[in-house]
Amino acid sequence: MEAKQREGFGTEEIVVNMGPQHPSTHGVLRILLTLDGEKVTDCEVVIGYLHRGVEKLAEHRDYKQAIILTDRLDYLASMSNNLAYVLAVEKLMDVKVPERAEYIRVIVAELQRIASHLIWLATHAMDIGAITVFLYCFREREEILNLFEMLCGARLTYNYMRIGGVSEDLPEGFIERANKFIEIFPDRIDEYETLLTKNRIWIDRTVGVGVISGEDGIDLGLSGPSIRGSGVRWDVRKAEPYSIYDRFDFQIPIGEKGDTYDRYLVRIEEMRQSNKIVKQALDQLPDGEIMAKVPRIIKPPKGEVYRSIESPKGELGFYIVSDGTSTSPYRMKIRPPSFVNMESFSKMIKGHLVADVIAVIGTLDIVLGEVDR
Amino acid sequence: MNEIIRDLIIAIIKIAVVMGVVSLGVAYSTYLERKVAGWIQSRLGPMRVGPHGLLQPIADGLKLFIKEDIVPDKADKFVFYLSPLICLVPAFVVLAVIPWGPGFYITDINIGLLYIFAVASLGVFGIVMAGWSSNSKYPMLGGLRSAAQMVSYEVPLGLSVIGVLIFAESLSMVKIVEKQIETGVWFIFLQPIGFILYLICGLAETNRAPFDLPEAEQELVAGFHTEYSAMKFAFFFLAEYMNMIVVSSIAVVVFLGGWGSPFAFLGIEFSESFGVIKSVLDFILPIFWFLLKVSLLMFFLIWVRWTFPRYRYDQLMKIGWKVLIPFAVLNIVFAGGEYTLYQKLDWYVFYPVSWLIMTLMVIFCFKLIKNFDRFSKSKILEEGIE
Repeated sequence: MEAKQREGFGTEEIVVNMGPQHPSTHGVLRILLTLDGEKVTDCEVVIGYLHRGVEKLAEHRDYKQAIILTDRLDYLASMSNNLAYVLAVEKLMDVKVPERAEYIRVIVAELQRIASHLIWLATHAMDIGAITVFLYCFREREEILNLFEMLCGARLTYNYMRIGGVSEDLPEGFIERANKFIEIFPDRIDEYETLLTKNRIWIDRTVGVGVISGEDGIDLGLSGPSIRGSGVRWDVRKAEPYSIYDRFDFQIPIGEKGDTYDRYLVRIEEMRQSNKIVKQALDQLPDGEIMAKVPRIIKPPKGEVYRSIESPKGELGFYIVSDGTSTSPYRMKIRPPSFVNMESFSKMIKGHLVADVIAVIGTLDIVLGEVDR
Repeated sequence: MNEIIRDLIIAIIKIAVVMGVVSLGVAYSTYLERKVAGWIQSRLGPMRVGPHGLLQPIADGLKLFIKEDIVPDKADKFVFYLSPLICLVPAFVVLAVIPWGPGFYITDINIGLLYIFAVASLGVFGIVMAGWSSNSKYPMLGGLRSAAQMVSYEVPLGLSVIGVLIFAESLSMVKIVEKQIETGVWFIFLQPIGFILYLICGLAETNRAPFDLPEAEQELVAGFHTEYSAMKFAFFFLAEYMNMIVVSSIAVVVFLGGWGSPFAFLGIEFSESFGVIKSVLDFILPIFWFLLKVSLLMFFLIWVRWTFPRYRYDQLMKIGWKVLIPFAVLNIVFAGGEYTLYQKLDWYVFYPVSWLIMTLMVIFCFKLIKNFDRFSKSKILEEGIE
């Protein structure tokens, strides 16, 4: 990128390298900003610092082993990644998952959504300067992590879902503890909201920042809460219900203007709705098996399949091709929401100030593990 | 000749005492900051070094002392070394005229407040020079931000205390306090708007949240001191907390009755009932009240920092020029009228009238602010869409 010289005062634009080591690029994102004073005139996003070749690696693992690879995509929402992958394979093999396993999957996926949104809120607020919210959010996330630890022993990369069910049944005391959490959690959301929602500075910093219209968002493939903030009612849970989402009563919040503030409100409301889903699922939880009868060696029939779910970040899809003879996927393509959402970044940021770059990175809620794969 | 030497020695002792106490105070204000932040965020804060982490500031200081001192290769070495000092020295020099108790101050000059503003405004040079001499982009942005910010906020800061000067009829810090004790009315009750304006500008002057743009960690890494390490960094750190103490002290002297007892209006004299130790109490109590008020204000500054998000650069400038300065000027006009009323009316007529006018002023100004904001919001929206 060339910084161009301007006439008159002899001022010139400077190119600032933001990242890969920067406090608020949420990992190893690198952005080359061309600045005119504080104003961003151009930006170039450089990704790939966390590339591990997950898609290629999956071609050399068998179908079961690929689950642990999906853990490492969006490491803030491993459960959702697991779910998307196993759903795709199950669709390919036409496996019927037992009721109880379906309920458990919904419970953990929605708890995972809450945890992921909590991290988003924590880091987003901290980027804008409200540091206290960060620690409040981590306090609640800790409880969710404790629940997951009870469930499968891991706190970050769970490897919990299995093709045909889940690996462990709910342990003793899990339901009580989860109930306790969902009971207090709405109050905690109110607590974050008192610190932010009506806060004069928060409003000034987020309203009108990173605006993107619904049409532009669709054109750029934006998905998840990011596009719902622009008023597009698109949620895979409602649009193409997977698992047993059609049995629960929940709403899809949408924004109006498509700015950072609307996306903030959408995600806050989503946490409330997820909480509601977990509550319903825990109440209706049936007894029974947690694993379907699947062969020990998984060898799906020849064919290809695409299955997407609503991950906390947006539409997470797995496209799997099986050649019918091998125990590992012939090709596995991932549609990572963070990566696709990053496309909108340049559009959102042009003409804004340096401080807004941070706000927009926060509002897109990207995880570099997923962007780079 | 002997007298000169005696005065000199007394002055040196006073300076040594004030410097020593304040340096320790600065160290422990970092401890206060971390503890209060911890409590606000439902954690404990420093707990490891000493009981309840009481020795933490000393450990921090030692650590900073023995750290490697890194100077960037392409930096302008002389300016790079100079700027931390330029930051720190004015902050210390200002202390010379701050009265801690009756008779307990280094010096009392008749232009006290003016001297403070003049010297304190030199601190910004340190920050600008640090930003420039590092020869790095983030510090430069930080330095430029702070230059703009501190220059803009100096104006309303100066204007906000003028109302008080009309009542005090003096610029001398000691006289301002004595006037408040004499009349029994702290100037905050006569000039609440001035006090609020002063606090806001004080926050901006000390680069504290929500105005901590020059060192906005999440945007500019560490702002103007990104390239600094070890003791040179510690100097900036000290200067920041020093400035906090100075801003709080000035607020206490000018608005909160200085060393005066907060119970004086009730007619309670703590020292009277003790007979023998009366003289000791007479000396210690005023200092105690002064330090108590300063600590409470410090607590307030910390509280604000850990509660609010950060303003954006353009919003900060807009608040400074479009809101605070007009408001401060309006307040001066009001103070002139208020002074006339103050002398003519009885207190039970004067206070309701003046507070009513002030409320109206505030409402009027909030209306104005709202209009400004609506205007700029739609503008940003347009920019975003194009």
